[in-house]
Amino acid sequence: MFDGRGLRFIGRAVAALLVAGFVLSGAGASAASPKGKKLAPADDFGYPQVRLINERIRLAWKDYGIKPSKPATDGEWCRRVHLDILGRIPSQKELLAYVGSTESDKRAKLVADLLFSEKYTEEYARNMTTIWTNVLIGRSGGTERNSLTSRPGLQKYLRDSFAREKPYDRMVEELISATGSNTPGAPNFNGAVNFLTMKLEDNGAQATAKTAQVFMGLQVQCTQCHNHPFNEWKQRKFWEMNAFFRQTAALRSFNPGTRDITGVQLIDQDFAGEGGNPEEAEVYYELRNGLLKVAYPVFVDGSSISRSGFLEDANRRGELAKMVAGSEYTQKAIVNRTWAHFMGYGFTKPIDDMGPHNPATHPVLVEELGKELRKHSYNLKELMRWIVLSEAYSLSSRTTSGNTADDPLLGETPKFSHFYLRQMRAEELYESLLVATQAQNASGSYEQQEDTKREWLRQFVIAFGNDEGIEATTFNGTIPQALMMFNGGLVKRAVSTDKGGFLWNIAHGDLSNTKKINFLFESALARKPTKNEVGIANKLLVARKGDATAALQDLWWAVLNSNEFIINH
Amino acid sequence: MKNPTGMSRRHFMKHMAGASAMTIPALTLGNAIRANAQTLKKNNKSAIMLWMSGGPSTMDIWDLKPGAVTGGPFSPISTSGDVQICEHLPMTAKQMHNMAIIRSMSTREADHTRGRYYMHTGYVPNPNVEHPSYGAVVSHELIDQRKGSLEIPPFVAVGGGSVGPGFLGMAWAPFAVNSNGRVRNLDMKIDDKRLMQRMATLRLIEDGFIKQNRGQAAKDHAEILNKTLNLMTSDQMQAFKVEQEPEPVRERYGATNFGRGCLMARRLVEAGVPFVEVDLGGWDMHTGIHSTLADTKLPELDRAMSALYEDLEQRGLLQDTAIMWMGEFSRTPNINGNAGRDHWARAWSVTVGGAGMNGGIAIGATNGDGTRVDTQPYSSQDVMASVCKSLGISLDTTFTSLSGRPMKIANGGKVIKELFA
Repeated sequence: MFDGRGLRFIGRAVAALLVAGFVLSGAGASAASPKGKKLAPADDFGYPQVRLINERIRLAWKDYGIKPSKPATDGEWCRRVHLDILGRIPSQKELLAYVGSTESDKRAKLVADLLFSEKYTEEYARNMTTIWTNVLIGRSGGTERNSLTSRPGLQKYLRDSFAREKPYDRMVEELISATGSNTPGAPNFNGAVNFLTMKLEDNGAQATAKTAQVFMGLQVQCTQCHNHPFNEWKQRKFWEMNAFFRQTAALRSFNPGTRDITGVQLIDQDFAGEGGNPEEAEVYYELRNGLLKVAYPVFVDGSSISRSGFLEDANRRGELAKMVAGSEYTQKAIVNRTWAHFMGYGFTKPIDDMGPHNPATHPVLVEELGKELRKHSYNLKELMRWIVLSEAYSLSSRTTSGNTADDPLLGETPKFSHFYLRQMRAEELYESLLVATQAQNASGSYEQQEDTKREWLRQFVIAFGNDEGIEATTFNGTIPQALMMFNGGLVKRAVSTDKGGFLWNIAHGDLSNTKKINFLFESALARKPTKNEVGIANKLLVARKGDATAALQDLWWAVLNSNEFIINH
Repeated sequence: MKNPTGMSRRHFMKHMAGASAMTIPALTLGNAIRANAQTLKKNNKSAIMLWMSGGPSTMDIWDLKPGAVTGGPFSPISTSGDVQICEHLPMTAKQMHNMAIIRSMSTREADHTRGRYYMHTGYVPNPNVEHPSYGAVVSHELIDQRKGSLEIPPFVAVGGGSVGPGFLGMAWAPFAVNSNGRVRNLDMKIDDKRLMQRMATLRLIEDGFIKQNRGQAAKDHAEILNKTLNLMTSDQMQAFKVEQEPEPVRERYGATNFGRGCLMARRLVEAGVPFVEVDLGGWDMHTGIHSTLADTKLPELDRAMSALYEDLEQRGLLQDTAIMWMGEFSRTPNINGNAGRDHWARAWSVTVGGAGMNGGIAIGATNGDGTRVDTQPYSSQDVMASVCKSLGISLDTTFTSLSGRPMKIANGGKVIKELFA
C-alpha cells in the first residue's frame, strides 16, 4: 500500500515537471496531435491570460498524446456558463438570443454581460454567496441548536462583498480579522464574524485549521497533535499559527432568563498567555512524547510579530489577516478553487491541499494566473473571465477515442481535454427549476425567498457531529435525490398544471404543437428535441386523449428528471 | 399486500405491460421484472455496523484501566463472557458471550475524515482512487445470495451517511435514512400506467444522452432511476417502519434515534438487506467526557446494542449476522485540562460478534495505562478480513479499480484467528 502510494506520487511529480519543462522551453501556440495533425490556433479573445491558459493546457495534451474533444455546441456552452457564473441554467429567451447571434465575439460578450452587467449582479452575488457560505461554514453551519453562527449574517456580508466586487484579498482580510455582532439588525453588525464565531473552541484549533485550509490551501489539522508524515508542516507551525487567534473571544448574549442564544459578538482582548505573562504571551502544546513546548505568533513564511499579548502592542488576528491576504499561498489557492469551480477538477486533489507533498498538475499555470490575479487587484471576475473564455472550458463533454484516457474518475490527473460532467449542486437545481418554469420572480422579499430555499436544502444535509463540522449531502445522485426529483414538492410545483401556471400557459398559448415541445426542451436542456423525442411527445398526447396540458406535464416531468438536465455538461 | 403508494406489485406489473402496449419503447426495470419475490432463505448472511461517529474512548468502555493515572472514574464489571467492561453497560454485559473485544487495535489516522475513511474501507485516503466502503463491499458480495429477491437498496445507512461506494459505482451507494424510517417523496400520486409512460419518455432522453459518450455520471443516473422505481413499488419498504413493532420491543431498544436505528437494522436484515450501518454520533468528547458518557451516551448505547444482540439471537438470526462496533479512532489516555480526551489511534478497541465468530473473549491487550498495544496489533484491514470471513466472503476476492488496478478485498488484511479458533 505504502509503496503504491509512493510510486503514484513520483509519477505525478514527474508529470508536473514535464509540464513545467515544456513551458520553460518556450510556448508554441499549437500542439501536435499524436498523428501529427496540427490543432488550429485557439481563440484568446485578445486576453493574454486566456492565451496563457490555452498554451499551458495544450502543452500537457501534447505531453500525454491526448487529442481534445470538439468544441461544445452554442447551446451547451451557453448553458454551462450560466450555470457556473449565475448558478442557474439560461432561460429559453437568453438561450435563443445567444444561439441566434452571428457576432464573432459573442462568447466574450456574453461572459462580460454575465459578469459585469448590472442586471446579473444579484444573481452572480447570490451564486457566489451560496458557494462561499458552504466553503466557510459548511452546509449545516448555523442550523445547529443554539448555534453561534448566523447563516443569514454571513450571507449578507458575502452578498454585499460580491455585489460590490470587493477585491478578494480584502475579503480574506475581513473574514479573518472581523469583530462585531454576528446577527443582521444587531448593533455593530458585521456578518464576516460568522466565519470564526464557532471555530474558537479548543483554543481556536478549528479557526487555525480552517483559515489555513480555506484561504491558503494548507491542510494542517493533523499537525495539531503530531508532525505529519507526508506534510512538511510541523506541529510547531500549527501552534505558531494558532497563537494568532488567542486574543479572540466569542461573547454570547442570551434571551433573559433562558439559555437561548440571541447573538454573538466576536471581540479581541488582551491575552495573558498560558504562562500568565502577557508581555510574552505564549501558547503551550504537547509533543507525542509528552514534552511540553512553547509557541508564539509566527506566520508560515517565518515572519513573526510582537510576542506581547496586549492588544495595544499587537492585534494578533489583524496582523495574521494581513499576512494571509498577501500570501502567495492565498493567491494560488484562490486560482485553484476558481479553476475547479469552472472545470470540475482543480490542479490538485483535494483543491484545498496544495502543500509540497501534493504537486499541482499544471504548476506554472497556477503560478502565473496567481500573479495575474494579483496584478488585477484580486478581482475574481477577471480570473473567471479568463477561465471561461479558455479553449478547455469551451470543449464538448463528449469524449473521443483520442481522449477517453483523460478521465479523473480513473485516477488520472485531469488534462482538461474535454468538459468533465458534474451534477448540479442542490442550490443550482433549485434556481434552475425556478428559471425553467419562469417562477424566479415569485412573490416575497430576497430574504423570504432565501429562507424558503434554505428550508428545502436542509433535507439533504447529514452532519457527522464532530469537532470539525464534517458533513455530507444526500444530494449526490443517489436514491433520495431521485425520489425528490420524481415526487418532491419542488418538482411537483414545476410540473403543476394549475390554471395560469407555466405549463398551462404554454398549453393554452398559440404556439404550434411542435413549438411547444421545442420550448420545453430549450427551457430545460438548451437544445431542440430529436425526432424520436418529438415522436414520444406525440404519443403522450394520444395517451392523454388530447389533453395538451397533461401531455406536456408528462413530457416536462421526464425532461426535468433526465440525466441531461441535472448534469452540467 | 398494499405498499405505501397504494399499488400492489402485481398490479403495477400488469400496467407495465399496458405501457408497452402504447408502443412506447419497452422498459427494462432490473429487479422489477422479477415479480414474485422468493421467500428469503434462512442462511442469508448479513452485517450490521454500529458506527460511533466522533471517536469513542474505548478505555472507558471496553478496556478499563482502574487505578491507572489515565484510567478515569469508571469501574469494570463482570459479564456473561470471559471479559470485563464498563459499569455503565450493564445490559450489554449480559450479551458479552456473543461478542469479542479486539483490544489491540493500532491505527495511524487520528483525523476524523481520514479515520472515518480508513475504518470504513481498510485503505488510507488517496487522491487518485476512491475505495468502496464496508457496506458497498459486503452488499456487492452478498447480493447474489438474494437471488434477485431484494427490491430495496442492499446497503442502508441509518442516521448517518456512511462512506460511499467508491469505484464500485453509485449502484452500491448507501441509502441514507433517518431513524424514524420515514423515506421522503415515495408517492407520485399518479396512476401506474401513466407513471410507466413517463418513465418510457424519460428513458428515451436518458439513453440519448448516455449514447453520446459523455462519461460515467450519465450512466450512473440511469441506474439509480431503476433502483428508485423498484423501491417505490416494493412491499419491502415496510421494513423501514419501526413503529409497526410492538411497544415492548421498541421500549427494549430505547426511545432514542440509535435505539430506533438498531431496531430498523434488525427489520432490514430480516427483509434480506445484506448491510446496514447505524450511526451513533457525539463521541468527540474533548471536554467533560466522563459525565457525558455516564449520563447519556453509554446508557443509550447499552440499551440499543444489547437489544440488538438479544433480539437477533432470539430470532435465530445472530448466527448469520455479523455485528461490528467501531469509531474512526479512540481517545487519548491522557485526560486534558477540560476533563476531556483528545484523538488517539495508537491503542484502542473495537468489538465484533455474530456470524459464527467466537464471543465472550478479549483479543490482544494494551499496557497498564492504555498508551500502547502490548500484543500483536490489529488494523482496520484485519477487522474487515475477519468480518468477510465470517460472512463467507472469500478473501481472494479482487476488485478492479476504474483505472484497471486490481485491489484485494479488505486490502489484504489478515483474519484474526482467535475469532474463529
